[in-house]
Amino acid sequence: MLSIEKPKIASVLQRKNELGLSPEDYGGAPSTLCGGCGHDSVTAAIISACFELSIPPENVAKMSGIGCSSKTPAYFLRGAHAFNAVHGRMPSVTTGACAANRDMYYLAVSGDGDTASIGLGQFIHALRRRLNMLYLIENNGIYGLTKGQFSALADAGSRNKQGGMNPFTGIDPVRLAMTLGASFVARGFSGDKEQLIPLIKAGLLHKGFALIDVLSPCVSFNNHADSSRSYDYIRKHEREVNSQVSEDFVPSREEIFLLPEEQKKALRTACLHDGSSVRMRAYPESCYEPDDKQAAFRFLDDCQKEGSIPTGLIYKEAETEDFHDMCGTSQTALRDLPMDGLIPSPETLRHINQQFR
Amino acid sequence: MDLENPRAEPDNFVIRFANVNGSGSASSNALIARCIFRMGHTIGAKNMFPSNIQGFPTWYEIRVSSQGYTARRGGVDLMVAMNGQTILKDAEDLEKGGVLIYDSTRPIAERLRRQDVLWLDLPLTELARRHFPDSRQRTLLQNMICTGVLCRLLRLDETLLRELISGQYRSKSALLPVNIKAFELGCRYAAEHFKCLPFYVTSSGSGERLGEDAPLLMNGNTAMALGALFAGATVCGWYPITPSTSLIDAFSDFCQRYRTDHDSGEKKYAIIQAEDEIAAIGMVLGASWMGARAFTATSGPGISLMCEFLGYGYYAEIPAVIFNIQRCGPSTGMPTRNQQADLLICAYASHGDSKHIMIFPAGPDECFEFARKAFDWAERYQTPVFVMSDLDAGMNDAISPPLKAASFAPDRGKVLGMQELEQLQGPFLRYADPDGDGIPYRTLPGVHQKGSYFTRGSGHDRAGRYTEDGALYQENMRRIAAKFKTAARELPEPLFPLSHESASSVIISYGSGSEAVKEAIDLLKADGIYLNHMRIRAFPFSARVRDFCLTQDRCLVLDLNRDGQMACLLRNEFPELAPLLIPLCLWDGLPVQAEQLVRDIRTLMPGAL
Repeated sequence: MLSIEKPKIASVLQRKNELGLSPEDYGGAPSTLCGGCGHDSVTAAIISACFELSIPPENVAKMSGIGCSSKTPAYFLRGAHAFNAVHGRMPSVTTGACAANRDMYYLAVSGDGDTASIGLGQFIHALRRRLNMLYLIENNGIYGLTKGQFSALADAGSRNKQGGMNPFTGIDPVRLAMTLGASFVARGFSGDKEQLIPLIKAGLLHKGFALIDVLSPCVSFNNHADSSRSYDYIRKHEREVNSQVSEDFVPSREEIFLLPEEQKKALRTACLHDGSSVRMRAYPESCYEPDDKQAAFRFLDDCQKEGSIPTGLIYKEAETEDFHDMCGTSQTALRDLPMDGLIPSPETLRHINQQFR
Repeated sequence: MDLENPRAEPDNFVIRFANVNGSGSASSNALIARCIFRMGHTIGAKNMFPSNIQGFPTWYEIRVSSQGYTARRGGVDLMVAMNGQTILKDAEDLEKGGVLIYDSTRPIAERLRRQDVLWLDLPLTELARRHFPDSRQRTLLQNMICTGVLCRLLRLDETLLRELISGQYRSKSALLPVNIKAFELGCRYAAEHFKCLPFYVTSSGSGERLGEDAPLLMNGNTAMALGALFAGATVCGWYPITPSTSLIDAFSDFCQRYRTDHDSGEKKYAIIQAEDEIAAIGMVLGASWMGARAFTATSGPGISLMCEFLGYGYYAEIPAVIFNIQRCGPSTGMPTRNQQADLLICAYASHGDSKHIMIFPAGPDECFEFARKAFDWAERYQTPVFVMSDLDAGMNDAISPPLKAASFAPDRGKVLGMQELEQLQGPFLRYADPDGDGIPYRTLPGVHQKGSYFTRGSGHDRAGRYTEDGALYQENMRRIAAKFKTAARELPEPLFPLSHESASSVIISYGSGSEAVKEAIDLLKADGIYLNHMRIRAFPFSARVRDFCLTQDRCLVLDLNRDGQMACLLRNEFPELAPLLIPLCLWDGLPVQAEQLVRDIRTLMPGAL
């Protein structure tokens, strides 16, 4: 077998956005992930979202840790700086970067280990601090790069490729985030781009901590019949709320592009702090106001009881404070403050000296 | 009984306070130290405290020296023994003919008393009980009564001492009258019951020290916090750990005063208490990568946790400043005791081939200067820089020349801005060596698309692209090694505070260990033994360190750790020095005593002495 160069993901699209950029301008290096990997669909959704929002690529900081998911920032927004941190520690790096410069879009891509095992502590503290960032989990229930061990996000009772069962409780990042300070919490599915792109757009524009738990099947190690992270399983068990709805069939080992249009249903509009809005569609039976946290938890409980997987915009705080509001940091990014305003005068130093005599 | 202590004389003596920690003694002891300092004398003040909040023994020692020595001398002339539990042991530490003052409310039986020292009975608890009805205040006020007694015994400047007391209670002025009352009570009791001691503080020192060139009394942590302030540092990620915490506290205080917009309340800084030291260094790297000046302060256990990120900073070439206020290891060790025991871990922290810059300041003025410049070096060499202090230097007040700098202009190193990127021909190569000094150019996020690159800890080529190509990997790693050679040429050179034409051996010291060296050399000189002194100030070492050592017959390397870590680094970096190096290790966790140092030198160099 020969190693292969893959085609560029977004090259088929030739549209231009408000900045005069094409989707190609939001692309990156060719993906090195397995063919059909859910993560490549998320990459494509990120490209579409940033393109459609006309975000200048250099205004995005791409943050990641270690793992398959964390490689993906190389595959989109080549015009943006990326920080591929050590395993599980991306949130602290983002905290420092965000403290230094409040004027960037922090787009973080993370996986199972980074979020729920080695990096659980940092994930939780980033939530608590309400960092102004979009934290995308590419959740496949396993460790892909080390060949398929269960992760802490794997559902209890789920089976791996060899038939072994995961006996331990899976961590639910959605509930965790809602409890600890995330003001925008959603779940997406890599096989459902029509739902994912608006979620990413809304998450990017959201002020405060936005979490999107994207179920992203691993075609190599976790897409078999008795896995709860396979394309088939998610498609059959998905129950959507506050999201654009579409149905599709995603065969494994095939990259996912456009999904078929669905018939129009009732539209719900989620307003974002900068005045823009993202139109969401909801099934009538799972309809609630996204800022109603109790209703959101009830919805999650209902889904758990019936064994379905809730997706869509699950919770969004109405008015929110972010890290900088809570800290009272200067409106000008700290790194942009001129040094002569930061360094006190020699006269001040003489005055300080006097206090130590 | 003739009680003569020939070692103690006016303006030359050692006081030790033995207290129970958590009783408020530290601040009144520090008042005495500051008073003697303000009267124009050279002092050294060492707080030797337990890792405990309340109820353990704690000691505070003041050295007064007319020869200008500030290190601990060895021995005690006046013991202020206020801890009933340790009093007999404390009495043993006194010089023959020394003086012990103790709380005689609980008298010590005559038969238990050491007979060759003078016991002064001060019924402290009884005095406090009689004069102060509020039982909660009594313990604290006992300290102030004691201050009054010492003021009289040692002939301290009473007006000055009152002024210092007032200053201490400026923010809680309701407590001032009762403290002044306690102070006066102590003065009166001493005047009525005790004679003045044969050793005391003269008023003939260099006079009231308030002029612009007058020295300061400051601890290293405060000086380093000021260094960070004057370097323009804006982001600090940290996790509480003794003995580094007071550096952050000081930085926070200074930022509130000098970095807060008084109209809007906006803060021109972010101090983030992290969930652990791993996150603390992660924040520093993130902020530095984004272009702010960022730092953390920690101690040994924090360094252990930071190792993976430090290797990342080395390999991805991100500036970071780490103030390592060392304490006694290994593991939790003795958290409130002093050592310089993190040299090896800091020099080569993290897996893989890595190396880090260490700076060794001595004294508050150099703590300030090097803390400030550490940000220049971190940005110039694009790598983590350790400023290696320790508990003694960090937490104890020391005499220092005033803090100053010829210029506060920062050196931000090689950063390509918007215009340079606009004009850039061809792709931006983050890890190239266009200037031949091993130092690449970096870009900051959010400036220009052409400057973007993928910052990674994995193998990368000159453009920052992932590679597993052995030749490209080696090219990059060799360049980083060359960058450290450049740093070795530019970092602070060693200093030679003392040299003597008859000397053919040298004492090598660094940081707080250096304080006692001058006195030790002077003491040995009186015996006709001559030594040179070299103080190392940076790692990787300057070639001058090697060149000077090669001119010496023997190099005694003073290390405050068991294994001779500086000697080990010297051997490792300069193998040709190995036959000359003699480790000289003082590592009991307490600040070095000059007399102990002299004894150890005599033992190590019997042939020469």
